[in-house]
Amino acid sequence: MSQRNVKIEAKVGLHARPAALFVQIAAKADFDVTVAKPGGEPVNAKSILAVLGLDARHGEEVVIRAEGEGAEELLDKLEALLKQPEPESA
Amino acid sequence: MPDQEAPAARMLRGAGVSPGVGAGPVRVVAGAVPEPPAGARHGGDAEAERAAALAALEAVAADLEARAARAADVGNTDGRDVLNAQALMARDPGLADAVAAKIGDGTAAARAVFEAFGTYRELLAGAGEYLAARVADLDDIRDRAVARLLGVPMPGVPESDEPFVLVARDLAPADTAVLDPAMVVAFVTLEGGPTSHTAILARTMGVPAVVACPGCTEIAEGTRVLVDGAAGTVRIDPSDEQVRAARDAVAARAAILESATGPGATKDGHAVPLLANVGGPQDVAAAVANGAEGVGLYRTEFLFLDRAAPPSAAEQEDAYRKVLEAFPKGKVVVRTLDAGADKPLAFLPPPGEEPNPALGERGLRMLRGHPDVLAEQLGALARAAAGSTARLEVMAPMVTDAEEAAFFAQACRDAGIDHPGVMIEVPAAALRARDLAAEVEFFSIGTNDLTQYACAADRQLGGLAHLQDPWQPAVLDLVAVAAQAAADAGRPCGVCGEAGGDPALACVLVGLGVTSLSMGAPSLPLVRAALARHTLDQCRRAADAARRARTAQLARESARALLPGLAELGL
Repeated sequence: MSQRNVKIEAKVGLHARPAALFVQIAAKADFDVTVAKPGGEPVNAKSILAVLGLDARHGEEVVIRAEGEGAEELLDKLEALLKQPEPESA
Repeated sequence: MPDQEAPAARMLRGAGVSPGVGAGPVRVVAGAVPEPPAGARHGGDAEAERAAALAALEAVAADLEARAARAADVGNTDGRDVLNAQALMARDPGLADAVAAKIGDGTAAARAVFEAFGTYRELLAGAGEYLAARVADLDDIRDRAVARLLGVPMPGVPESDEPFVLVARDLAPADTAVLDPAMVVAFVTLEGGPTSHTAILARTMGVPAVVACPGCTEIAEGTRVLVDGAAGTVRIDPSDEQVRAARDAVAARAAILESATGPGATKDGHAVPLLANVGGPQDVAAAVANGAEGVGLYRTEFLFLDRAAPPSAAEQEDAYRKVLEAFPKGKVVVRTLDAGADKPLAFLPPPGEEPNPALGERGLRMLRGHPDVLAEQLGALARAAAGSTARLEVMAPMVTDAEEAAFFAQACRDAGIDHPGVMIEVPAAALRARDLAAEVEFFSIGTNDLTQYACAADRQLGGLAHLQDPWQPAVLDLVAVAAQAAADAGRPCGVCGEAGGDPALACVLVGLGVTSLSMGAPSLPLVRAALARHTLDQCRRAADAARRARTAQLARESARALLPGLAELGL
């Protein structure tokens, strides 16, 4: 199990364009990927509705987890996305 | 013969609210998609039912992606992002699992889809105001998927590959945000009045429109119609000859109008600046093309519609600067955010349930509860005006008394804005205009709301169109009081409501003491031509006659009798 704690730098939080890009990246993995607020219930990172429902905002921290071949690379990509104030593309 | 209906039955009548003629096939905006009945069960083949449900969701997703690609093609990146996010929702794996589970329990596909969306709807709605707009997106996807499964028409504005006449019960700003202006040749609505959203949008686009038109929603999809937005008629299955004759008449009037150029003035040279109403930089080209001397009403809330969060200060500044730059020698009157009532903004929800939103927290009333939003907008305006040669004037909507006017003037001064003003649209403000004139530099009369409030007649209700008439003598009295108070204080008093775009009423307003007129850009040439054919004295006599009349109709008739130049313009 690989895990990262990431502070959301996207200005609009994990909503709108950043959320869509986040889900699109996660959906490419053939293993489970989850995202949670620290101490909260993890949700499916491939589900836009579940990710939006987290309501994770700018400056908040989220925990992303994945397990499988390529999990580290995937988490790298997701972390890089969340670190962009205004992400342009995946 | 049964297929030969009487000629009268082939013509529908409504209120013409945007002139011009348009002919094309009808596309009807469908009503709400029905909720599949609770407890609906499928026939037993769960596998086939699941496949049908997933196919419907996939088809909705594919359709949304195709629309996203078209939005991207025309440079609408916000639209593209919203539509792509909606496609992701339609393909959501959690949603698909929930639908499959409900179908496994025996629930029919349409009901299963409806219920599965319901679960997420509650999740998002419970997550706070930030997600309010996403709930509407989710409902739209649900309705599209359910419509496919039930075999009923898709909700919302229809897609079409050829230009069409858009027919609807009424149109909301959210419906029209995705409209391709090049594809709509006319609007026809069952409800709405001269100042409804449809009417204003149509005039801004220069597209003919007929509202309050009974029977229009029963015209079969694809039927060819001829819409005359001046006469207020919709002819069903017109002959080619009829279409040609209608177009020729419009062209003849256009020829007269081309001869009317230059700044607005009466025949005897009394200057009346003619300005344009705009909703953003996209409307500037039409304003300039129609000879606007500046902008008399910049409706900034149109920059904020369909946004979960306000545009950033930099984005606002850019949108304001673009309009200021278009009129380097003119003035630009910007109205601060006018949210509430028929123009709700997702990030500025009303503080509670409002049974009567037109009388609720809207305009300046709402902004006082969100001082950060007001300060950010005023700051962006001040920065946009710095270094511009255009004269920036900023006014607040929905101002009621002198205390509110003073508050707004102070907020403007704090932001470095030199020319604060107020809209006069509440009768109390018109009646006590002399008190407000002491606080601000100018007035702009919003005749749409002033009429709505003076006559207690909701602008959204087509059945009250006869009371939403700015020719009502009581409305003319209020305009006269405000204009006189402004003149006594040495302040200008413009009109920026739709009344200013009616050539006959424009002359009357000038006669009442109004000092400038602002309107949808396509109305400018006709108003310019009407003013140029009458002296200020003629305008004053027409205004006196209108105020002496006892009804709106008599006011209109007695004023027209004293404005002979209107007939030369075919009015």
